[in-house]
Amino acid sequence: MSKRRTERLLSIVVLLLSSRRYLTAEQIRAAVSGYPEEQEAFKRMFERDKEELRDLGIPLETGRATPVDDDLGYRISRQDYELPEIHLEPDEAAVLGIASRVWQSAELAGAATGAALKLRAASRDGDGDAAASPPLGIQPRLSTQEPAFGPLWEAVRDRRPVTFSHLASGRSEATKRTLEPWGVVNRRGHWYVAGYDRMREAPRVFRLSRITGPVKLAGPAGSVKVPEGTDVRDLVKDWDKPLTYDSTASLRVRAGAVPTLHRYGNPKPDPAHPGWDLITRKYSDPEWYAGYLAWFGPDVVVLGPPELREAVIRHLKGALA
Amino acid sequence: MVTSAERLRRLLALVPYVATRRVVSLPETARTFGMTERELIDDLNLAWCVELRAPEPYCPIDLSYEDGEISISQAESIARPLRLAADEASALLVALRMLAEAGGDRDAVNRLIAKIESAAGAAGAASSQVTIQQFDSPRVRRVAATLSGALTAGRRVHLRHYVWSRDEDTERDVDPMRLLVVEGRTYLEGWCRRAESVRLFRLDRVVEVDVLDVPAEVPEEAEPRDVDAGLFRPSETDVLAELELGPEARWIAESYPCESVTELPDGRLRIGLRTPDTTWVRRLALRLGEDARVVSPPELADDVRATAAAALAQYD
Repeated sequence: MSKRRTERLLSIVVLLLSSRRYLTAEQIRAAVSGYPEEQEAFKRMFERDKEELRDLGIPLETGRATPVDDDLGYRISRQDYELPEIHLEPDEAAVLGIASRVWQSAELAGAATGAALKLRAASRDGDGDAAASPPLGIQPRLSTQEPAFGPLWEAVRDRRPVTFSHLASGRSEATKRTLEPWGVVNRRGHWYVAGYDRMREAPRVFRLSRITGPVKLAGPAGSVKVPEGTDVRDLVKDWDKPLTYDSTASLRVRAGAVPTLHRYGNPKPDPAHPGWDLITRKYSDPEWYAGYLAWFGPDVVVLGPPELREAVIRHLKGALA
Repeated sequence: MVTSAERLRRLLALVPYVATRRVVSLPETARTFGMTERELIDDLNLAWCVELRAPEPYCPIDLSYEDGEISISQAESIARPLRLAADEASALLVALRMLAEAGGDRDAVNRLIAKIESAAGAAGAASSQVTIQQFDSPRVRRVAATLSGALTAGRRVHLRHYVWSRDEDTERDVDPMRLLVVEGRTYLEGWCRRAESVRLFRLDRVVEVDVLDVPAEVPEEAEPRDVDAGLFRPSETDVLAELELGPEARWIAESYPCESVTELPDGRLRIGLRTPDTTWVRRLALRLGEDARVVSPPELADDVRATAAAALAQYD
């Protein structure tokens, strides 16, 4: 079934590419095997075939088949169909091999390998040892495990607004959002979408893993306008708290333990406590840093400042409860 | 099972691939297209069977395969591949920009980006709406550059590496295999001569690296890890630690590999972590304080309380 369908679609592509004139549905039916006799069944099948060809990116044009009557016809312009001339050097072909494997088992993995095959099909210059076995080097990977990625990418690509539910950090209730998406950002391995939040009437950034439930398209293609001069990267960046390192912690750390603190902390033996070192370190946020220090348990004692000392005690008491 | 659309897409690249080269090796072509030789032959037969019945019956595609070789003598109108679709061009361009950023062969990457942008035209435009931000500290970048040099030169390296789960530094010789960027972090994959197996080393935990005057010898049996299946593969014998997280600690579920994540009332979560060594889970519980509670195993919950008590005793 599927094989015959592929054969029929391939025949249509070959036929319409070789014809300068627009061919009517009837002419296509006469030339291509596999369409049913019955008229309604044929029409339905032909509609599905056209849709499938367009989904593949085949530029199916419609026009008047003859100057005299109004019959609609179809053709594929060779210029619109064919990939322009391209030649790959062996090192470019090697890089192409690495790039085509960057997207992991994700929405765009198939697209990347499909594109790489088209480029290799067009150019024989890239063949050779380098292309067959990519040189050692750096191999980045991008994963998109978040279910929201697929529909959001589609929305960004086609400039369509979306609605979704979002559970903000530290909240227990999700809120419904309508967003005009401007772009997606992968920051330290996590995906974010940035855009104009219609409810908040301001630009907003959402982490994809905090989007719960389905993402729905909420408007036609092209209806999202990205304001001139928008750099999505800046939106995501603003959203981080800057690290100031303007406070100094003074710590007593068990000698031989906690290499991370010893390494950069300029340790000095504590004369009052044999087997312990005195270490000072800069930090930015006392709450965050207290959590970091609590991690080391009884190997670290905070001597000051008091706000940090109290925060660590609070963490430890919390773990005791 | 591929759909008819996917198969058509493959055929529209396969026919030009052979036509551009006139003669190609059958096994090599199957490898390039990620299919078995049987599947490739089925595709070739399908293309060969295409027949147009009107106005005059004829077969537009003429090809043959024998002795492990394929040749095409006539491919007609489909001798050139189809243009790149928006998803295809964007997927490749984003990947290439990430590769350039990560320190790949920048010259070749930039040439290829320019060629693809020009071939894709408007189809590549959407790629500018995807941004990848990699944050390696200058120190990690230096380590990466040193290791990249060792890889190119095929040399063994000596690493001083911080083992986070045990909070200790270790020394080891490693034969580098490749550098990976996964989930926003850079890793060295190599044959660890101490563990005698393939290991991944996070570059931000490499304290020191020395390139040795010894050639790297990666043994035959050293298989690169299938990182696409996930970096952490827990084993059956690992302990399952279950934690209940308050709303403030939900980020843990996004930052640590959880076996299970269950929503509880009031924005709380229950997560399952599988690990060979629970030391770090104990530390994690101390770090989270009142925002987390160890549910099981009970020994671990006792351990957390005992450690917290011992730490608190020092503040008396």
